[in-house]
Amino acid sequence: MSRRLLGLLLVLPALAVIAFLFILPLIMSAVGAFQVEGAFGWGNFTKTFDLYTKDIIFTVVIVSLSTVLIGIASVAIGGYLTLGEHPVAVAILRWLYRWPMFIPFIVVGQILRTFLAKNGMMNNTFINLGLLTPLDAVSFLDWRGIVIAFVWKQTPFVALLVAGAMASINRDTIEAARNLGASRLRLLVEIVVPQVAMTLTVGLILSFVTMMSVLSVPLMINAQSPTMLTADIAFRVNSYGDYGVANALGLISLVLASSVAWIYLRASLKERA
Amino acid sequence: MIAAPNSARSNPLAALWWVPRGIVFGLMAFFIFGPLFNLLLWTVAEKWYFPYSLPLEYGFSSWAKVFAPRGGAMQSLTNSLIVALLTVVASLALAIPAGYALARLKLPLRGLILLAFLIPQAFPNLTVYVNIARIFYEIRLNGTIAGVVLVHVSHGLVYAVWIATAAFSAIDAELEQAARNLGAGAFRAFLDVTLPLAAPGLMASAIFVFLESLDEFTGSYFVGAPDVNMLPLLLYTTAAGGNYQIASITALLLLVPSLVFMLIVERFLKADVLSRVGH
Repeated sequence: MSRRLLGLLLVLPALAVIAFLFILPLIMSAVGAFQVEGAFGWGNFTKTFDLYTKDIIFTVVIVSLSTVLIGIASVAIGGYLTLGEHPVAVAILRWLYRWPMFIPFIVVGQILRTFLAKNGMMNNTFINLGLLTPLDAVSFLDWRGIVIAFVWKQTPFVALLVAGAMASINRDTIEAARNLGASRLRLLVEIVVPQVAMTLTVGLILSFVTMMSVLSVPLMINAQSPTMLTADIAFRVNSYGDYGVANALGLISLVLASSVAWIYLRASLKERA
Repeated sequence: MIAAPNSARSNPLAALWWVPRGIVFGLMAFFIFGPLFNLLLWTVAEKWYFPYSLPLEYGFSSWAKVFAPRGGAMQSLTNSLIVALLTVVASLALAIPAGYALARLKLPLRGLILLAFLIPQAFPNLTVYVNIARIFYEIRLNGTIAGVVLVHVSHGLVYAVWIATAAFSAIDAELEQAARNLGAGAFRAFLDVTLPLAAPGLMASAIFVFLESLDEFTGSYFVGAPDVNMLPLLLYTTAAGGNYQIASITALLLLVPSLVFMLIVERFLKADVLSRVGH
């Protein structure tokens, strides 16, 4: 048997699962997006843009902002773990940063809901420390709460990937640049980050698409308008049984997410070429 | 965060670097552990209302409610664990051959195949799960453990396959070749040489899949509920009902395995495997 055929045979069962349990329902929902009372048409999309344009923009802004913040934070953490000179400080950070990594999104939603509320633990601590007066305390349970929840949960995952990639870089180039007197910020930006760019991109894309799909965080933290598309889809199905608009919203999220995945594909093809 | 000592060796001012470090680490610790501590307080709060910063009375009456035989939480816990374990077994059975092929054998459209496993993570699952529920209803898989496991497998495969691929490509291909040259068959060489070497990476992918399954909410809701109750669903309904004590205890039950795995994951996921994820 040729190696090619064997390879395809080995991949096939896993691909079949994706095909039947994801692509097929995905096609059903894509077709459903264009179905208005049994006939094909654009009706669902007109309705979607009438009702949810604000939420589409809201979702894109929130997820993009979170992705940028996650990228900065994970490069900072990975960079300090790689370039930090004080072993105790590095050990503290290594111990500290990973805690939220595997905490389920629904748990993140629950604990941040109580932490970020107007009379939650964050404001209470600031008030007790005298940094805030009770009158100035505001609830963070709006778009800021969603961004905080996403960054809180996703940064450790990306930082773990990035720090791992940074650890496997050839140290000689770093030492050479250091001996030439390069500052550590410059080392990080000009030497370390370019070498882990691929891993960082993969981590951020995985985070981006994960955040696009999370229902529990917007439901738990901010279900009022404007909210994220996932909450809108759930609302459309649960309250109106309106699968047409729900499927149209789903299709719009797919376009948003796949445009990001396309960046990855292009980068990886370029690297292989 | 990048600010740190440049000359820690003999500089007497080096100790001063602990001031910015202390502030940054302190803030990080507050934002990481504050919410977790808040959760712990809620699990033992008997009475806690505005404007008090701390509970007025502590006790374990909510715990007794959760673990009561008819509380429903035990059943949710068992269901969640069974589903997660079955999901791991099924995902690895699919991901080991696929990961090996993607790492070692010449495959046409390799990038596209890798990307295909990302699809379930790239689409708001909700609409897909609604349609899966419709299909499963037809073939009587709705409301069964098997149905929920299948949904979780499709969702967790990206971790299983990507990490398994990275784990296999981190192993020197010549080791397997050496075993072949000594007369071992292809399957024998894989079983005795490559698989044990890849085991830590595969263990890491199993951990990711397990947690992904435990975390999963939307699919379980559409395909499982109300026949198969899972912990995330219990958490959501109790939190929506305003019962923060029960919600927090459920959240804690979901948290403990997550934290345990977090502490041990780097033992399995080494840098050489990590740097190959997604390549």
